[in-house]
Amino acid sequence: MSNWERFLETFFNAKVMAKYLPDIAYGMLVTVELAALVIVTGLALGLALALARSLGFRPVNLLIVFVVDLFRALPPLVIIVFIYFGLPAVGLAPSGFVSTWLSLALVLTAFSEEIFWAGITSIARGQWEAARSTGLSYGATLMNVVLPQALRLTIPPLTNRTIAITKGTALGTVVAVSEILGVASSAVSNSYNPSPLILGAAAYLVLFFPMVVFGRWLETRMAWKH
Amino acid sequence: MRLVVEARGIHKHFGAVHVLKGVDLLLAERELVFIIGPSGSGKSTLLRCLNRLEQPTSGSVVVDGVDMLDPRTDINHARQRIGMVFQSFNLYPHMTALGNVTLALRKVAGKSRSEAEALGHAALARVGLADRAAHTPGQLSGGQQQRVAIARAIALEPRVMLFDEPTSALDPELVGSVLGVMRDLRESGMAMVVVSHEMGFARNAADRVVFMDEGAIVEQGVPAAIFETPRHERTRAFIGQIQRH
Repeated sequence: MSNWERFLETFFNAKVMAKYLPDIAYGMLVTVELAALVIVTGLALGLALALARSLGFRPVNLLIVFVVDLFRALPPLVIIVFIYFGLPAVGLAPSGFVSTWLSLALVLTAFSEEIFWAGITSIARGQWEAARSTGLSYGATLMNVVLPQALRLTIPPLTNRTIAITKGTALGTVVAVSEILGVASSAVSNSYNPSPLILGAAAYLVLFFPMVVFGRWLETRMAWKH
Repeated sequence: MRLVVEARGIHKHFGAVHVLKGVDLLLAERELVFIIGPSGSGKSTLLRCLNRLEQPTSGSVVVDGVDMLDPRTDINHARQRIGMVFQSFNLYPHMTALGNVTLALRKVAGKSRSEAEALGHAALARVGLADRAAHTPGQLSGGQQQRVAIARAIALEPRVMLFDEPTSALDPELVGSVLGVMRDLRESGMAMVVVSHEMGFARNAADRVVFMDEGAIVEQGVPAAIFETPRHERTRAFIGQIQRH
């Protein structure tokens, strides 16, 4: 057996791959569910906090900034472990799936709030003044004039951050979530062969490559001439 | 003679800076008042106090019978009656010209989309841009953008229009089109307060010229009086400076 054949046998073992393909496919499903939940809740909460912050109540804003900085500073894995192993101490026992979802959603909330906020504040004061001078209320100006422009500006950084955090679903493997990496790791242990990891990597590419391309497409589509 | 704008004893402080020092400005129906003065004299701030984009520190502002500084006044409703045009146009870049003009019609005046669009097209036609309704601000020249901004304001049928240096950001060859629209508006009987350095326009179109310096009105009168026979040395110096350029 040549080195090349040994390499293929080890990392691209067709028999092992075929055997664990259904497991990996299931892992993909779990990853997609987890990612979708993280994205929807994280971005929604991030936007809600940014909007709340734009109202300018100082005590509320200090709280928002503190919480946001906290979750931007903590490594996601630490938050997962804290929720999964720490919360049972106060009588709550979230599953590994829920722990991972909550932690990544909180991290995405924190980062996206900062991005949304930066977008909102980057809109020139003249836009506010023009809209308010025609009688639009604060809320109507925010929703119709400021936010549509701010959202376009935030799409590139938001896409990058969302992808980076969503990839963190792999951290769920630590708390026994059967997402792609978790499934692939146990397949490696059971088959004494690392091929399932290659399969797992391919699965990540299948999921995240289109997201990257989609982000790029959004970026060009949302651009407008000044 | 009915007054459209009655601003009395307006003071405005920005921190320690006393920007307006007890200014009175009265504007009758169909009147065009032109405010001139060196930069930093408080002209723009005075204008912005009239629709409460700036909150005066003290004084009273009544526009079309509505007390603008009364906390019980529905400021959003009151502002519909006061059109404002800005130096930097401030069009919404993500909307078409028609979208810019119809937004407040739909969201504030409560018109249906079709009603708002009919009014929007009419307003754009008044500023000579009927064929630009579907263009976004980025596709329009500065002069056209400023005319869309005027259309956005007049579509709401205001009782008075405020112009804050409407031509200062324009290339010289585009100034004429905007002044033309302002002249038409004046001829239609719109009450207007104009802050600008377009002295030629002031001479031809203004009923009254107000000269401000250091947060106070130094003198005011018909254009000929202010430009030909100013009573105050500061006015004379300012007019002389402007005319040398």
